[in-house]
Amino acid sequence: MAVVVAATAFAVSPLAALGGHLVREGGAALHWSFFTALPAPVGEPGGGMANAVVGTLLLVSIASLMAIPVGVGAGLYAAEHRGRPLALAVRFVSEVLSGVPSIVIGILSWEFVVRPMGHFSALAGAVALAIIMLPLVARATEEMVLLVPSALFETALALGYGHARAVVRVVLRTALPGILTALLVAVARVAGETAPLLFTAFGNHFWSVSLREPVSALPLQIFTYAISPYDDWRALAWAGALVLVGLAVILGIAARVTMRHRHGRRVR
Amino acid sequence: MAAASADRADVPPVTTARLAAEGLGAYYGPTRVVRDVTASFTPGRVTAIVGPSGCGKSTLLRCLNRLHETGRDARTTGRVWLDDVDVYAPDVSAVAVRRQVALVMQRPTPFPTLSIEQNVVAGLQAAHARPTADLRAVTEDALRRAALWSEVSHRLRARPGTLSEGQQQRLCIARALATSPRVLLLDEPTASLDPLSVQKIEELVYGLRDRVTVVMVTHNMQQAARVSDETAFLLHGELVEMAATTTLFTTPGDPRTEAYITGRFG
Amino acid sequence: MSSLRHSPIGDRLYQTLTTLCAISVLVLLLVLSARIFVAASPALQAFGWRFLTGAQWDAVHGVFGVAPAVYGTVISSALALALATPLALAVAIFSAEVAPAWLRSILEFALDLLAAIPSVIYGLWGLFVLVPLLRDRVMPVLTETLGLADTPLFAGPAYGPSMLAAALLLAIMILPYIAAVAREVLAAVPDAQREAALALGATRWEMLRHAVLPYARSGLVGAVILGLGRAFGETMAVTMVIGNRHEMSASLLAPGYTLASLIANEFAEASATLHHAALMAAGATLLLVTLLVNALARWLVWRVRRPGDA
Repeated sequence: MAVVVAATAFAVSPLAALGGHLVREGGAALHWSFFTALPAPVGEPGGGMANAVVGTLLLVSIASLMAIPVGVGAGLYAAEHRGRPLALAVRFVSEVLSGVPSIVIGILSWEFVVRPMGHFSALAGAVALAIIMLPLVARATEEMVLLVPSALFETALALGYGHARAVVRVVLRTALPGILTALLVAVARVAGETAPLLFTAFGNHFWSVSLREPVSALPLQIFTYAISPYDDWRALAWAGALVLVGLAVILGIAARVTMRHRHGRRVR
Repeated sequence: MAAASADRADVPPVTTARLAAEGLGAYYGPTRVVRDVTASFTPGRVTAIVGPSGCGKSTLLRCLNRLHETGRDARTTGRVWLDDVDVYAPDVSAVAVRRQVALVMQRPTPFPTLSIEQNVVAGLQAAHARPTADLRAVTEDALRRAALWSEVSHRLRARPGTLSEGQQQRLCIARALATSPRVLLLDEPTASLDPLSVQKIEELVYGLRDRVTVVMVTHNMQQAARVSDETAFLLHGELVEMAATTTLFTTPGDPRTEAYITGRFG
Repeated sequence: MSSLRHSPIGDRLYQTLTTLCAISVLVLLLVLSARIFVAASPALQAFGWRFLTGAQWDAVHGVFGVAPAVYGTVISSALALALATPLALAVAIFSAEVAPAWLRSILEFALDLLAAIPSVIYGLWGLFVLVPLLRDRVMPVLTETLGLADTPLFAGPAYGPSMLAAALLLAIMILPYIAAVAREVLAAVPDAQREAALALGATRWEMLRHAVLPYARSGLVGAVILGLGRAFGETMAVTMVIGNRHEMSASLLAPGYTLASLIANEFAEASATLHHAALMAAGATLLLVTLLVNALARWLVWRVRRPGDA
């Protein structure tokens, strides 16, 4: 047992190491201008990642718009028709699809969107992120809907709800906190993705909110700056990393709070 | 509460909802759980369905408002008449049937995300996109009829999770009553409740007589004797006997009924 | 009584829509898999099996073989798995079987957090903290103090960016993932299994060894294989610390390459059709392997979870 305890402590230690470094380096480089200024040219002091913050918001929003409706629909199907071949297939394919490397999703989005358009674009990046989100949303919806007691659904039917109305107004609504939690986790996950954006959203040093133009994103900008030879840029990469991890932590805590809320008022 | 008495039948019922099963059968996949049941439920009276566990009582009840068919691999044969309409006729909608024949589950199933008040009118709102009735008045009336008003009137906006299980079950009955159903089906509504709550619900069911036709499944024969006017005895999915409650419990016509009520099995 | 006639058009619309969504998930995987092989076909036709076995990657002369990248992918992932598995299982056992509730929730939060940190940030940390640490502190100890420089595993100059750095970083990254799945698997073991063992007078450790672990074995193997799938496809962090050299070396101190980092580094610059096709073929290889690995792993995990879960 002592071995197990020691191993656990050792396994969690990278979190402390990474976290400490992140707060020290990132905190030192993080200024208000990070959120308001465009990247500065090499050699000029200051500069920020405002365009990357906006770009990440844009990419994640568009990806969510594409992935969430389809994912929730597929998850509902899988939960409602549990045991049927198509439902099993949806579940299995979702799990397998969520294991496909994101870089592969990236080159496929390039093949489907960038190649026909002839240039990199925010749309291509959003498509890649949507493909990553879709199986996560489908699985989470299925799991959360299955947690809703079937008696609740039957009660709604017995009260004269139509099938669709019973699902949406009663089942989905009861499962909503859990689904929202999973959506937060999925959003946090794709917000940190870099590999699928390398050849799709590509990055952009200027303001852009057009879907047809390349757009910057926080993780892309962090990568570009991290592998650059300039100290200013590396420092800014740490600042970006702190912001990105901060976002993940906030979303993670929000997810936990939502979950707790849900269990708090659970009805048998 | 009054014991079952013969003079009940002398009072003419207000409701006219005639519910009857004709050659009703129910299946789960290849398994037949209800066999060829033909029975007529007297309008404005309380009919109890008794029988041992697994005899198909609940399934029979769920066939009466077409809820059985929503289960996996579930199938129904035969007819159920509501007045002169066969609710299983091809052009009749199951949803519309359930709006007139309400069912309350064995365990309380309030909608956890809605307030007490919203729960009461949930069925009403499902039936009409924009109910014309005064929802506040409907809520109060339904809660009063379910004998819950005095306990929740000061916290209508609270979640049902804050109520006791007995209160939750009465809330579910109020929710069913709010839709003004012509028939109310109760599936062992007191099975999971404490004695005090059981008494409240029995009084409430007794009080519904004349206004609603009630069919109640119970495995508790004392309860059937206390609350119902007529009793049906179901065994292995078959209707063995159906008669006035006093008759069935004092002079059963079938030896199997007698064996059951004298406690030889079940 | 016409009020009993009501057309459930909304219900039919709902059924149609959810069925379409369900089908689209399957179609998506099929279309993606088919398209990547179509895009890769020029390279696959030009080189055949030599694409996998060839060691030369020369965009100028149009010769493409991914053997070194496949080698790097397998070695870095296998090494990471060997490092992470015992720790991850220990964490899962601690969290599912030993820890009190308050500690369990803290631990779960820590693991969730580790799993939620983006790859590029692990890369950043690897590049600026782990690699210098290895180069200045660890590698000299390995080669000089311990005198391992003569063994092929630790031969050659120690630059820092290396297979060892990639494997260590990968191990840190996949650990929380394996631990999370393994924890779920252990939690799915019915309490009756535990109680039966305890009732026979087993200690907690004996119960674990003889009742819980055998029951959960296939699921735990599945968890580890899922970690392997993760490691195979991990891109950014590996790209930032592995050195990106298209060579096969037995030395863990030497730089290497992986399929994912090969694509990440070259795809944007590839202009020739064959070069693109070759990178697509590398992606197709990666896709095929991860699909197989994940399908196997999921099947193993399902076997444990199925009874209570259906």
